[in-house]
Amino acid sequence: MATSNVRHALFCAIVTIVISYPILGLNLEAEGINIVLTGTDATTIVAIACAALIVFLFQLFRDSVMGKLGAVSDLNPLTGRKPMEQDKRAKLESWVLTGLVVVALFWPFFSSRGAVDLATLVLIYVILALGLNVVVGLAGLLDLGYVAFYAVGAYTFALLSQYYGISFWMALPLGALLAGLFGLLLGFPVLRLRGDYLAIVTLGFGEIIRILLNNWTNVTGGPNGIGGIPDPTLFGMEFGRRVKEEGNTSFHETFGIAYSGEHKVIFLYLIALVLAIITALIIRRLMKMPVGRAWEALREDEIAARSLGLSRTAVKLSAFTIGAFFAGFAGTIFASKQGFISPESFVFLESAIILAIVVLGGMGSQIGVILAAIAVTILPELAREFSEYRMLIFGAAMVLMMIWRPQGLVPMRRLHITLKTQE
Amino acid sequence: MLILEDIHTHYGKIEALHGVSVEINEGEIVTLIGANGAGKTTLLMTVCGSPQASAGRVVFEGRDITKEPTSQIMRSGIAIVPEGRRIFSGLTVKENLHMGGFFNTKSEIRESQEHVYELFPRLKERESQRAGTMSGGEQQMLAIGRALMSKPRLIILDEPSLGLAPLIIKQIFEIIGKLRDDGMTVFLVEQNAHQALNLADRGYVLETGRIRLHDTGANLLVNPQVREAYLGG
Ligand SMILES: Nc1ncnc2c1ncn2[C@@H]1O[C@H](COP(=O)(O)OP(=O)(O)OP(=O)(O)O)[C@@H](O)[C@H]1O
Ligand SMILES: [Mg+2]
Repeated sequence: MATSNVRHALFCAIVTIVISYPILGLNLEAEGINIVLTGTDATTIVAIACAALIVFLFQLFRDSVMGKLGAVSDLNPLTGRKPMEQDKRAKLESWVLTGLVVVALFWPFFSSRGAVDLATLVLIYVILALGLNVVVGLAGLLDLGYVAFYAVGAYTFALLSQYYGISFWMALPLGALLAGLFGLLLGFPVLRLRGDYLAIVTLGFGEIIRILLNNWTNVTGGPNGIGGIPDPTLFGMEFGRRVKEEGNTSFHETFGIAYSGEHKVIFLYLIALVLAIITALIIRRLMKMPVGRAWEALREDEIAARSLGLSRTAVKLSAFTIGAFFAGFAGTIFASKQGFISPESFVFLESAIILAIVVLGGMGSQIGVILAAIAVTILPELAREFSEYRMLIFGAAMVLMMIWRPQGLVPMRRLHITLKTQE
Repeated sequence: MLILEDIHTHYGKIEALHGVSVEINEGEIVTLIGANGAGKTTLLMTVCGSPQASAGRVVFEGRDITKEPTSQIMRSGIAIVPEGRRIFSGLTVKENLHMGGFFNTKSEIRESQEHVYELFPRLKERESQRAGTMSGGEQQMLAIGRALMSKPRLIILDEPSLGLAPLIIKQIFEIIGKLRDDGMTVFLVEQNAHQALNLADRGYVLETGRIRLHDTGANLLVNPQVREAYLGG
């Protein structure tokens, strides 16, 4: 082992201590009007020491560790193993998917209310990520303001129900259409931009929408948000204890069962599930249609795509509009689930999380994106006590992914690839 | 078939073409030769409407297309094999070809795909290979094949011999000759002046944004000025 490796490892360990001790090891406490600095308990100190030791050892044996990690990446289906035969794989995939859907349909009846609620949130993120996947993964347009369309969907429902008493089922298509319209409008000015510039401008748009919602107080309620957003109904049946709307009946009375708050949660979950499945199917279909191939072509080589007669305007706008449309869908469900929305739910961090899901899942791949949405939403909940470190875990996951699977969890598999064996 | 009249093209404030006139008749191979930076690619791109000419006219089959958007021009019977091939490297060979026939019907696509595979049997062998993993020569064949998929009446090629071995260049030029024999009109830009002039019916020599010479291919080949500047004396 080279001495330079030892010195480097030692340096890294010291940096670890220098960074983590002041953050974790020292507490500022208010004592009367003074603030005093106190050290923390022994366990934290030990933890920091352990972390430093781990960093030291990792850096010391870095080469061999990375070598192993690199070897693991040979699992990548495109490089290593012989890929499964096309139809066999397709069959297996459809079986697995059908199984998953069946499980997802019946699972909420056997689990806790909190879990179902969380699963609904996961499904909302699945819809969002599938939509953003069209824009970023397929069309290759880096959109950092995607949350704006989510907000448009949510606020459409909230405002229409507040001012015009519109129901969830009316608001669902309206929210999606309006979000799609916003996508179209915001798409125009950014058409000529590419890469970094596009990212910055879309980021700006996202913020503009949020700030608008925040300051247009007499319509949107500003930072106080809008409450009392109605729950969805099932053929005019409400899920509350008492019927709120004239002419509706209540679910538990119609079926003669005892009232339970869980019915509503499960119903919302099922709506989200169905919408997520519809979203996935529609986008899957689009990917195989000419418009999907046009997105890919434009992402691969804009000049070549244009030389074949594709219109840059039409292709980019269609991606933007369709992506935004599904965000609107998700927004409506979100508003209904929360019953209350405020601009705080639509900050840049949300865009970043959705983008992270797309990148982690593997750009362009639907199954990957769905898995990543589940992982990114559930992991922080499982590790509640680490919830402050959510972003840290996120960052670590990203770094690991870059080393291990730079193309994402399940890289997009082009549908017709079959590797011919050399004769 | 294609008439360029006194074309001026600007990149921002810089004028790259200072009044270029070129005429291509149906069924001809016309070549345009010139040094690096002469404006050859610019002229071809002007035909495609990106950038558009700031003065002058582009007329294709009697229709003024000077101000038409690129997407419309490229759907009206003109196809281009752009400089540097620009195939879709993540897509398979077959998918690349199908992109070329994007606006055609399924049966038309099948038909032109057969035609392309006939011209380039190598592409058929590699049908489901990712285009980016193919050799330079194969990629050039694919780029030409993709352009042919839309069944164009005029095909424009920008330096198809770029970076290829002599044997492959010979093959590609043979194919270009074959295309003309099948009735297609070809506008060929080349650095490889000797072979291009040998093949072409007529040729133009472009120098810093102006046409210097214009004659039949055979005459240009023996023209002392051309020999000195482009054929190595
Ligand atoms: N996008 C652009 N923006 C600004 N100037 C450009 C652009 N493209 C080309 N030019 C300039 O226009 C002139 C002509 O370039 P062009 O690419 O047409 O030359 P060319 O004859 O095709 O050369 P080569 O044989 O090297 O391909 C050059 O001076 C070049 O610098
Ligand atoms: Mg050029």
